[in-house]
Amino acid sequence: MMWLTLLMAIPIIGTGVIAILPKKNEQAVKQIALTTTLIVLATTLAMATRFQRDNVELQFTEKYSWIPSFGINYALGIDGLSLVLIVMSTILVPVVVLAGWNEPQGGRWSVKNYYVLILVLETMMIGVFAATDLFLFYVIFEAMLIPVYFLIGGYGTGERSGAAVKFLIYSLFGGLLMLAAIIALYVISSSQGGATFDLAALSGLQMSSTTQNLLFLGFFIAFAIKAPLWPLHTWLPDAADSATPGTSVLLLGVLDKVGTFGMIRYCLTLFPEASKTFTPVILVLAVISILYGAILAIGQRDLKRLIAFTSISHFGFITMGIFAMTSQGHSGATLYMFNHGFSTAALFLIGGWMISRRGSSTIADFGGLQRITPVMAWMFFLAGMSSLALPGLSSFVSEFLVLVGTFTRYPVHAVIATFGIVLAALYILIPVQKALHGPTTPGNENLSDLNLREKIAIAPVMAIIVVLGFYPSPLLNVINPAASHVIAQLGFSDPAPSNGGK
Amino acid sequence: MMMNSTSIVYLIALPLAGAVILLLAGRRSDKWGHLLATALCASSFFVGLYQLSLMFNRPSQERPVSQKLFEWISVGTFKIDAGLLLDQLSICFVLLITGVGTLIHIYSISYMAHDPHRRRFFAFLNLFIAAMLLLVLGDSYLNLYVGWEGVGLASYLLIGFWNEKPAYATASKKAFVMNRIGDMGLSFAIMIAFATMGTVSFIGVQAAVEQTSTPVLTGIGIMLLVAAIGKSAQFPLQAWLGDAMAGPTPVSALIHAATMVTAGVYLITRSNFIFDAAPTAQLLVVIVGAITLMFGALIGTAKDDIKKALAASTMSQIGYMILCAGLGPVGYAFAIMHLLTHGFFKAGMFLGAGSVMHGMNDEVNMRKYGALRKAMPITFVTFGLGYLAILGIPPFAGFYSKDMIIETAFNAGGSKGIILGIVTLLGAGITAFYMTRVMILTFTGTPRWDEKAQPHESPWLMWLPMAVLAIGSATSGYLLSSNDSLVKWLSPLFESHEEHHELLPPIIVSALALVMVAIGVAIAFLKYSRREIDAVAPKNVSIFTRIAREDLMQDRLNEAVFMRPGQELTKTLVKTDAVIIDGAVRAVGRLTIATGLSLRRVQNGFVRSYAAFILMGALAMIVAIWVVVQ
Repeated sequence: MMWLTLLMAIPIIGTGVIAILPKKNEQAVKQIALTTTLIVLATTLAMATRFQRDNVELQFTEKYSWIPSFGINYALGIDGLSLVLIVMSTILVPVVVLAGWNEPQGGRWSVKNYYVLILVLETMMIGVFAATDLFLFYVIFEAMLIPVYFLIGGYGTGERSGAAVKFLIYSLFGGLLMLAAIIALYVISSSQGGATFDLAALSGLQMSSTTQNLLFLGFFIAFAIKAPLWPLHTWLPDAADSATPGTSVLLLGVLDKVGTFGMIRYCLTLFPEASKTFTPVILVLAVISILYGAILAIGQRDLKRLIAFTSISHFGFITMGIFAMTSQGHSGATLYMFNHGFSTAALFLIGGWMISRRGSSTIADFGGLQRITPVMAWMFFLAGMSSLALPGLSSFVSEFLVLVGTFTRYPVHAVIATFGIVLAALYILIPVQKALHGPTTPGNENLSDLNLREKIAIAPVMAIIVVLGFYPSPLLNVINPAASHVIAQLGFSDPAPSNGGK
Repeated sequence: MMMNSTSIVYLIALPLAGAVILLLAGRRSDKWGHLLATALCASSFFVGLYQLSLMFNRPSQERPVSQKLFEWISVGTFKIDAGLLLDQLSICFVLLITGVGTLIHIYSISYMAHDPHRRRFFAFLNLFIAAMLLLVLGDSYLNLYVGWEGVGLASYLLIGFWNEKPAYATASKKAFVMNRIGDMGLSFAIMIAFATMGTVSFIGVQAAVEQTSTPVLTGIGIMLLVAAIGKSAQFPLQAWLGDAMAGPTPVSALIHAATMVTAGVYLITRSNFIFDAAPTAQLLVVIVGAITLMFGALIGTAKDDIKKALAASTMSQIGYMILCAGLGPVGYAFAIMHLLTHGFFKAGMFLGAGSVMHGMNDEVNMRKYGALRKAMPITFVTFGLGYLAILGIPPFAGFYSKDMIIETAFNAGGSKGIILGIVTLLGAGITAFYMTRVMILTFTGTPRWDEKAQPHESPWLMWLPMAVLAIGSATSGYLLSSNDSLVKWLSPLFESHEEHHELLPPIIVSALALVMVAIGVAIAFLKYSRREIDAVAPKNVSIFTRIAREDLMQDRLNEAVFMRPGQELTKTLVKTDAVIIDGAVRAVGRLTIATGLSLRRVQNGFVRSYAAFILMGALAMIVAIWVVVQ
């Protein structure tokens, strides 16, 4: 059964149904969109139950010739890493649809177009994690920018056009570097047993170290822009500032993960030697991102920008875990990708509800929400606790794995990064105090608390955050084999306990 | 092989269930939430008693039991079970936490009766009990860590329970952040342990100590000490405890006196195998304890706010415990003994303070008290018993536990022993002074009340727990030390130690301590009992008093060294990000546009120039690819 194609097809079918609906029937459009995304989720979960978790080979593979003259295939397949990210994405999309039920209303275009964009984006999100043909991956990688561009530029707020253009150009620039590297790989492969874009075939290529280093950088810079790594991050706060909360969730929660996913799937697999060469530099950038993102978050006055900067810090953790080259670091980084999706979703969605009710995203405009809108305030608090990685919540497990996994090989980096947990307490508790505590600031007296739809939308996110904090095994069991496989392929094994030289 | 138990988890699960039910049910549980929470806390106490009875019936080596719940985290060799360990040490804490906890639940039913959010208060109390129990029952450092931060969270929620007042909200944030600095130490300790020993379970680490080098053990020990400093409000991370009095008074009694702040003592005692093998770390523990016990005592002499005076005293008393824990192996059991007796008398005095505030319209300034002895006889008696206990008057609890610490300090040997002995004796004297001051200002003399104040005794739901704790303050020291019962109970956990030489015989130590106490009491009487107390704190006081009133300037120091530079750094980086990093991005954008505008001239419509450009472009591409492929 072609599970992955099926997954990608369902949202497209949904857009077809939406397309034939009359523009005025917005309610029906929303319901179809929600139903479609729920069907995708159900199908994903059905597929996940059939996943053999101890098998490190790609599963559910499909391969069809697409452009035979260039050796381009429509080829899909997933391992534990891609499965986890696809599951995360397909849970987040219906949450976003339900949470942002009224989001598209203020847009430049119709409600119908909004959901068409979301559904098309969902297809691409699945495709980008499942592609095993480099060309196919590149096409989706770039094509994904288009729906996001329209979602920000068409339905966002404030400086939406400017932010959308900045996002697009910045990403295209990275994509261009990657395209050059992909073409070079293709050319090299033609001299080594046949031109191909097949990921598995390309990963065995012989290259001089200069070539490998240059091509690695082509990929890595593209991914470092996506996953925003310092200093390539400045597009993100602007984009998050202007996008609707739902779009921000998909942008930071899913699309940015393509960056860290790509580092594992493409950088490490295709260029193992270059990866090792650049590891010291990348680890330093990752540590800088952790602290820099956190400090900048502390300094923000705008709630949306604050959340965006916390993500920069979190992506620093993920990148550090990936390049620590230990099983704990690697599994932790992958789990972090999953958990970050939900904690960021919770922050953006609840923050978004606060902002739309108040009509302002300036933190100082809030105050005393805990007494006016208790449910909303406590949900925001819980989301914040997840973001600062409170033990017992999901992000603690991944953050600690990354730290301990980094420590065994790079203790200095891990120690410096750990200071991020104190900064995290500040960047969460400062907005919590300003927005939720203290006396009620004028203009807040009549805000309404979460309604039933909003509660239903956020409940699964909160449930995942809490349950995976205590019981992450179902995910780790899927992630571990894939992670140790990558580490082993690179010729690394976990450092043995050193008793300090006794 | 340790015995398995299937019932340890109920200790934690009962109060946790209470917290979850009350928080999820919301206002629907307003009517019965406090009763459920109290009942669940009490049930947990009875489970604890049941466990204790089981333990009694087993020979001492078979007393510890464990329970594995499920596999929590497993990646490579990093395998952590959600596992619990109940041994002679943790059962002491379990009974203290749930016992004092239940009393404070009962007290709060009445104390918080008029608060519209009483249900939420009880939910947080239950959450705290569950987290604290996890802290003392986890079988590995990482499980302990979950409880460790869990109590930090509960403490944050309860300090900020009335967070509509900005100062209270700030106090709760300060507590959380300073605690997190300590937590970072715990993270480091866990990381070092895993990297060097390959395990973070208590049993595993204990077994690995022998094969581990001293520098590593010292490193782990120091990091554990950092963690303890944060949680137990020891120097230099003590500044949050005074502000934590923003929480409702039962919280101060439970969390900031009897239980959470003792977690650092637990951590050091639990890690006895590390500290025994790392003398440098041990010495640092002693130094931190000694500094804090003086620090807290000095602050205590200058506070007019009854809760802050008691908080300073807590800091000082925990300093005693930390100091003593640093004098292991002989000191561990005595640290725990003082921890238990302190749990009774300090909780009792805090509840007494709450009772006074209850009768005085929430006034906390002792200069506005006076002569409350007659209006609140029960509070006076129960508080008084706590007072006698903390002073160490025989036969009250502190006499036994504090004397053992002073004795242990003197017997530490060499100049270290003499210095520590003098410090602990001085501390006892200062304690006697500031506690007598509290007694005089509050209960004796002439009334200095506000006009509206109508002091009255608190209802029985409040004084009953106070009475129980007062009985504990009177008797616990004798019970725990007769026949060396606590020391013998705990001894299988700690390395046996050779008898130290005795610098001073116990009877001399007790006599010296009593002399110091008498001096402290006498000075307080001379200073406060013989003349009128100013209703407003006098301004023209010595520099020392002013410094003590300002908590020995620790806040000022923290602000000058960390907070303000941090704020400056944040501001600078925010500006740098916008101007330099994003500025560079925008500059590239502008450059591109400018280039485009000038290149537009090239679009001149001549086919021959287009052909030339195409040719040049193609050549460049070929060269580029050739370079790459080479």
